[in-house]
Amino acid sequence: MHEMSICEGIVSVIEEQAIAQSFSKVKMVRLEIGPMAGVETEALKFSFDVVTKNGIADGARLEIVELPIDAWCMVCAQQVAVKQRYDACPKCESYQVQITGGDELRIKEMEVD
Amino acid sequence: MCTVCGCAEGEVKIEGGGHSHSADHDHTHENHDHHYGKGPAHAHAPGLSQARMVQIETDILVKNNEYAQTNRAAFADQNVLALNLVSSPGSGKTTLLTQTIEAMKVDTNIAVIEGDQQTANDADRIRETGVPAIQVNTGKGCHLDGHMVGHAMEHLNLKDGVLFIENVGNLVCPAAFDLGEAHKVVILSVTEGEDKPIKYPDMFHASDVMLLTKIDLLPYLDFDAEKCMEYARRVNPKIKILQVSAKSGAGMDDWCAWVKASQMMNEIGQGA
Repeated sequence: MHEMSICEGIVSVIEEQAIAQSFSKVKMVRLEIGPMAGVETEALKFSFDVVTKNGIADGARLEIVELPIDAWCMVCAQQVAVKQRYDACPKCESYQVQITGGDELRIKEMEVD
Repeated sequence: MCTVCGCAEGEVKIEGGGHSHSADHDHTHENHDHHYGKGPAHAHAPGLSQARMVQIETDILVKNNEYAQTNRAAFADQNVLALNLVSSPGSGKTTLLTQTIEAMKVDTNIAVIEGDQQTANDADRIRETGVPAIQVNTGKGCHLDGHMVGHAMEHLNLKDGVLFIENVGNLVCPAAFDLGEAHKVVILSVTEGEDKPIKYPDMFHASDVMLLTKIDLLPYLDFDAEKCMEYARRVNPKIKILQVSAKSGAGMDDWCAWVKASQMMNEIGQGA
């Protein structure tokens, strides 16, 4: 999986922010990840520790907020709850369901020194 | 380096004039030690905490997305339709591509970027058709990213034509990385399982077109093409599906017509 590349992306955002917002140590990083982001959180946690070694986020705590999936059933014309991308609408069982949220993959905030 | 599949930057090589290129550059990691002591007082006194929360709200893939947007602007500028071909290894992407090139090269400018972990074999096969190709070796990486494609484009000088980007054979990771393409085209061969679209839903969701390939083999297999297409539409109701065989030529006219039509739509700024 590509979690290592994603962690390199996190570190590069941290390093840019360190200059822009004047901090020198990161104690906690909070991510928001949707179930559709294609990211395995356990692999991400493992990669995060490896990639942050010897940098300003060395030893930082990684907190992951898992966001819900938002879906819109085109047949029912309303918001419905699904668990996976290929789930049918729980109300009408049609597959005309459009995922409208749940692929988020972003850094929400950081606790810094 | 990722212990799961080894994804990481640092071992990327882009072909071209004996120039090997590390996509790692220096711009992401050179700042490690430079910003200690840049606190409000320009000093970090031990024991004196300046802890605070900073709101970031930044997409983690923002860097890649910036490269992809730059590529997209360059493609628009040069009137290039870029197609990102994704599939599992062994689906027959390169064979499909050489046959597509043979059918289209008479009246279409074509160039190819080939992504593989190692070897320039695929780029060599493409160059045999007379079309320029650049091999990008991702080393341990499992996908092409926007940065690699941008640099590969510098070697190609393509204008008013079609750029095929053959991504690393992998149905997982390339889904997340925008290269600046107009469309992702997912290729699924009938020698694979018909349930691939629901096993690897992210890729089929991210793609605009699915090519069901090697259909000349259907009589010899238990592959249920209808079921497969139904699965693909479950994951992505808008996906266009074409059935082709690079070997028998079945469906190739439709596929080439789709590419030409997309190029035309691209040209008038109406990306199909």
